[in-house]
Amino acid sequence: MSPSAIALTLIFVIVACGSALGFYAGTRHKMSLEQWTVGSRGFGPLLMWLLMAGEIYTTFSFLGASGWAYSRGGPALYILGYLPLSYVISFFILPPVWELGRQHGLQTQPDFFLAQYRNKYLAALVAVVGVVCLIPYLLIQLIGLGIIVEIASFDVIGRTQAMVIAVMLLSGFVFVSGIRAVAWVSVPKDILMVLASVTIGIAIPGIYFGGVGRMFSALARAHPTHLVMPGSTANLGHSWYISSVLLSALGLSMWPQNFGATFTARSAETIRRNCIVMPMYNLSLAFIFFAGFTAYLVIPGLANGDLSMLTLVRKTFPAWMLGLLGGAGALTAMVPAAVHILTASTLFSKNLWRPMFAPEMTDDQVAKLARAVVVALGLVSLIVAIYSSITLVSLLLLGYAGVTQFFPGVVLGIFWKRVTMPGVFGGLIAGVACAAVLILSNHDPFQGINAGFLAVCLNFAIVVLVSAATRSRPGVLRPAATGR
Amino acid sequence: MNRPSLPAVVVALIPFCAICFSVSVWDRIYPMVLGLPFNFFWLLAWIVLTSVCLWIVYRIESGRNSE
Repeated sequence: MSPSAIALTLIFVIVACGSALGFYAGTRHKMSLEQWTVGSRGFGPLLMWLLMAGEIYTTFSFLGASGWAYSRGGPALYILGYLPLSYVISFFILPPVWELGRQHGLQTQPDFFLAQYRNKYLAALVAVVGVVCLIPYLLIQLIGLGIIVEIASFDVIGRTQAMVIAVMLLSGFVFVSGIRAVAWVSVPKDILMVLASVTIGIAIPGIYFGGVGRMFSALARAHPTHLVMPGSTANLGHSWYISSVLLSALGLSMWPQNFGATFTARSAETIRRNCIVMPMYNLSLAFIFFAGFTAYLVIPGLANGDLSMLTLVRKTFPAWMLGLLGGAGALTAMVPAAVHILTASTLFSKNLWRPMFAPEMTDDQVAKLARAVVVALGLVSLIVAIYSSITLVSLLLLGYAGVTQFFPGVVLGIFWKRVTMPGVFGGLIAGVACAAVLILSNHDPFQGINAGFLAVCLNFAIVVLVSAATRSRPGVLRPAATGR
Repeated sequence: MNRPSLPAVVVALIPFCAICFSVSVWDRIYPMVLGLPFNFFWLLAWIVLTSVCLWIVYRIESGRNSE
């Protein structure tokens, strides 16, 4: 077999097996809205872990971590910094969110805002901001998938073909199995990703320099400034690092898909235990950094740093390794893309369409609508991903800054009795507007500080000030004692 | 909702100090540890230590709730 045939076969086998698992995952369950969106709140520690790990390790961490190590150097360390801290925050916030969800049958993030603040317009605004932030994230997965499969198949499958096949498969398994599909496809994805990244991260520095330590020594001699902040950038220094780590740590569990995943857990205990273990899983990211730093020495000068790891792997390894990486990379894009589509469809159908235009709809009708939206959204995002050349990374940064604006409403809703609906409404609008203006006008970082972080500070200030000036929530809902 | 106890919050703040606020202290290449630049080693070590801190928080909180 020719190298491209070997790589191609492996990619197809991996993607086909992963997708088959996704279709199978839901076949034994009747797909009500509750089952489709939150797996009937029945996920134990293992499925919950797979879901959390599956959602967080996306093509952005896969291509982006090596890409940042390659093109920016030291500032890439913020990725290793914010992930463990985000679980510290989740440890305190998500169990009460889960508790409220169990008491009131919540399925989505806007549901939570509706239960806390009793205002359907606030919930609809949360849904709109959530969907708008999710779409660039979804597009990044699709475009990343196209790039990975194209390089890994030695250019036999084009980007467009790869994206078309992947979207058909993932819309299919989301349509059939809902959130269960996402957890189950994560099984092969996580195993392959950890295997591939550890192998690559150890083998590549080993082959070119005789070991990770020697690679770093060579890098420290040749380019000492690349390894510390601001690395090969002009303005990503320490104040940027602190503000970005804080913003991202606050924001991670505020992504609608991660927030919603909370409701799949069987108990608050499941969530707490997962938050304790999850930081350790980040150690596998270190190996991806090794590959990116090696690429900086071996193949300098690439215009697109995100391609550095794949290019180096193609140059270094036999075809089967490339096929394995291509298949793993494709699943790494498909799992998050599937959960983005599922979440965006549910937000649109349940929290936007029904309350605003069709209040008489039943849950079953909402489930039908959401599944139709999955197919429509799959098609639309496919078309945008094929025909657009916009720089999505900046849109994703805007997305991160956007979803973090939910944080004050969530955390104050849980822990501060005096917070009011107008306060949260005003804070959310001000925060989103501030982040959008600063980022879209290329003022991120602003005075060396992450623009989204400044926006969330403004948001907090407005929530507190307006809440102090308005009356407290009528008939406030809050979780009773923690459900242990 | 029970608010977290003060000791739990203090332990939870340790990773924030180590990983985030103290960046200018540890963001350096030397001394290299285990072949890694110091900043890289520091963060990897704190990934493990963050799990340890959360486990301690968990013990503090579950001890409090069972009383």
